[in-house]
Amino acid sequence: MADYTLRVNGAARNVRGVEPETPLLYILRNDLELNGPKFGCGLAQCGACTVLLDGKSVRSCSVPVSVAAKADITTLEGLGTIEKLHPLQRAFIEEQACQCGYCSNGMIMAAKALIDGNPRPSELEIKQALNGHLCRCASHNRIVRAVQRAAKEMA
Amino acid sequence: MKTDISRRDFLKTGSALVIAFSLAPELASGQAKPAPLPGSLNNNRMLNAWLRIDADGTVTIFSGKIELGQGIGTALTQIAADELDVDLKRIRIVHGDTALTPNEGQTAGSQSVENSGTAVRFACAEARDILVNAAAAKLGVAAAALTVNDGACSAPGGKSVAYWDLVADADFKREASAKIKPKSASEHKWVGKSVLRRDIPKKMTGGAAYVQDVRLPGMVFGRIVRPPSPGAQLVSFDEAGVKRIPGVIAVVRDGSFLGVAAEREEQAIKARAALKQSAKWKETESLPPSGAALFEHLMTKAKSVDSVVNEKTSAAAAASARTLNATYTRPFQVHGSIGPSCAVAQWREGKLTVWTHSQGVFPLRGDLAKVFATDPANIHCIHAESAGCYGHNGADDVALDAALIARATGGRPVKLQWMRDDEFQWEPYGSAMAMKLSGGLDAQGNVVSWTHDVWTHPHNNRPGASGGVNLLASWHLENPSKAPFPVDPPLPTGGGERNSIPLYDFPNQKVVKHFLPEMTMRTSALRTLGGYSNVFALESFIDELALAAGADPVEFRLRHLKDPRARAVIEAAAQRAGWQPNAKGDGARGRGFAFSKYKNLACYVAMVADVTVDRASGKVRVTRAVAAVDAGQIVNPDGVINQIEGGIIQSTSWTLMESVGYDRTRVTTQSWADYPIIRFEDAPQVEVVLLNRPQERFLGVGEGSQGPAAAAIANAVANATGKRLRALPFTPERVKQALA
Repeated sequence: MADYTLRVNGAARNVRGVEPETPLLYILRNDLELNGPKFGCGLAQCGACTVLLDGKSVRSCSVPVSVAAKADITTLEGLGTIEKLHPLQRAFIEEQACQCGYCSNGMIMAAKALIDGNPRPSELEIKQALNGHLCRCASHNRIVRAVQRAAKEMA
Repeated sequence: MKTDISRRDFLKTGSALVIAFSLAPELASGQAKPAPLPGSLNNNRMLNAWLRIDADGTVTIFSGKIELGQGIGTALTQIAADELDVDLKRIRIVHGDTALTPNEGQTAGSQSVENSGTAVRFACAEARDILVNAAAAKLGVAAAALTVNDGACSAPGGKSVAYWDLVADADFKREASAKIKPKSASEHKWVGKSVLRRDIPKKMTGGAAYVQDVRLPGMVFGRIVRPPSPGAQLVSFDEAGVKRIPGVIAVVRDGSFLGVAAEREEQAIKARAALKQSAKWKETESLPPSGAALFEHLMTKAKSVDSVVNEKTSAAAAASARTLNATYTRPFQVHGSIGPSCAVAQWREGKLTVWTHSQGVFPLRGDLAKVFATDPANIHCIHAESAGCYGHNGADDVALDAALIARATGGRPVKLQWMRDDEFQWEPYGSAMAMKLSGGLDAQGNVVSWTHDVWTHPHNNRPGASGGVNLLASWHLENPSKAPFPVDPPLPTGGGERNSIPLYDFPNQKVVKHFLPEMTMRTSALRTLGGYSNVFALESFIDELALAAGADPVEFRLRHLKDPRARAVIEAAAQRAGWQPNAKGDGARGRGFAFSKYKNLACYVAMVADVTVDRASGKVRVTRAVAAVDAGQIVNPDGVINQIEGGIIQSTSWTLMESVGYDRTRVTTQSWADYPIIRFEDAPQVEVVLLNRPQERFLGVGEGSQGPAAAAIANAVANATGKRLRALPFTPERVKQALA
């Protein structure tokens, strides 16, 4: 068991008495009560649990807390709030880019990492960046449009 | 989501219009059957079951239909706002709560706007009438003289009183009469507009939106260890060893049901792995053959209950000049929710509360009551959303799992989410099906005879059936519950025979259902039930006959179809797609058409699909799909487009990629690696044309594009390559084999 001070969405958060190999996802959801990252598969196959570590998109179900403690962690909550939406969040709402919304966290976080590194991604680049993220309601085209819309706004 | 205080607040009386909450009028026995009421009002006849108005200026709509990401909450508030003349922002909605809402059974079958929407529409129209009359009495003017704007009732002289001031004067504790005519389409302010869905902002910002986000004081985490195969019996496991794992609170074994509760989620997962490793099971070969042998088994060996679904004959029809035969198949397929099923359960003083994403909280409560041998009044089921389900997935089963584990945690609530492999191996599948069709053409190339035989397992093994319990764990207990004898939904909607009756004007036709109640796999409702498979077969076969007749597929359909609304969607889809009659594919590219009226009584959908076929790899891609839809009066156009578009892309995935893998003992599909689904790079572009008919009643739309998409793709592949694929899914191996 170990204690960690995590840097999450710009704030220091203390986590006490957890095993070093505990997947970051459970720390974020259960200790820090963040709802953004979701459990989808626990196997890094679906992308629902995606967060940013030092700006890079990772699957939090497969990153040990001991590794995450060395990085800046950004979750969906760190992007914006209902009152002050991030352009990606606003674009997903404007495009109604979901049905159930369970995968949206991963889509938005992966899109954030993409746009940060490539402010004007092409449609193909967006699809490639999101290709490892599963959406079962099949909102794919709306998601791509939302990312295009946000990239335009952020440019 | 902390404890659901806002919901419990509804039970307090406060200054609400609604003092007591009653869902059905007390009918004296022997009293005459009440007059039918529209939509779900018929079974939930009290006005106060549907809405209440509070002194704080809010309107609350209660619906037994739940939000599945299909946007029903938004559509219902649009309907209510228009009938009541209030702003959308004033309206709250409570979905699926056994203590608060009407019992509308399951949220399924594209029926929520049809049934709940119709009930809310009539209830709100009547409520407005009651309120306006109360306002008129208070102001001393005639009701007809009042105008209503956002709940404020104003008389010509400027005197005004608002709904919120009339709480004491208007009584909704009365049976609905449905005598107040709802507004006409021209008076609608919200219905017909693409209002942004109310549930999306919190989902995009990490708000508490799902059952997975329910957190209660003292909550612990549960996991279950299912048997490795259907029918396996638990022989032994290392209970003492698992109990020593840090954080483990309880290990629960009841017959072959095995589970664990721990302080932390990762501890529960670790304990599950240890249980799994130590458990010894007695397994048997209980699964059917796979591949082509499965369908031979279903069609010739499985015990079948046969019934004629539809038969008509015409002595006047010409004799067949030639006859075609074809058999189409669909494998077992999963719902594949992105979030595995989850529930939170808590026992307090013999009473159970369950937070659940079940599509039917009342039927679930009934089945839980049977398992725990208690009065349903001791169980409170509260709906909370989860990942999209597309039918009966593990939602109900996990509610029982959580309740079983929660009996061992001393009153502490248990949150239990299935692991990915639990969902893949144990959710009820969409039934494998076989469809054998024959058609006769006369000398002019018109269809004069048609037969359709369908072999199917049941499509509705949800909780709520009489004579047993439809919850997975209940069958594994030391004292197991009995599964009810499976029945399929009857016509006109049907289960396995859904959409098997052609809408085309064939003078001689016969449709036979071969119902296979002894399931070779556990099956239940997957989006469209048998509709997807039957439309795939029927609309593929129409193209086969058109080809044999030398006719263009669109012209051939129109030639046999009188229904003007059916013709209109076909013509609209063909026009938008730029359909070229008799166009031939070039070996690698092709285009296909398909049509259906979902359940033969809901929305009309016609579709054109464009495909490319890579002859070397066998890979089929759908590049573009165009759909035309008539859903009667449209409440939320973008909501309809979202459903149709999602249905087409999801159906593309089913059609090209999906089948459950198994051997004779075990299901071998355990993760997304074993069960690939469509991804961004392969999702087709979709265009949707809406034919709005504001004067017509609502037609359910959520499942309307699933079947036509499959057939349009099949027809496009045939158009491209000249080869007809009749076995789903059209995997690269199958395509290569067909082209060889």
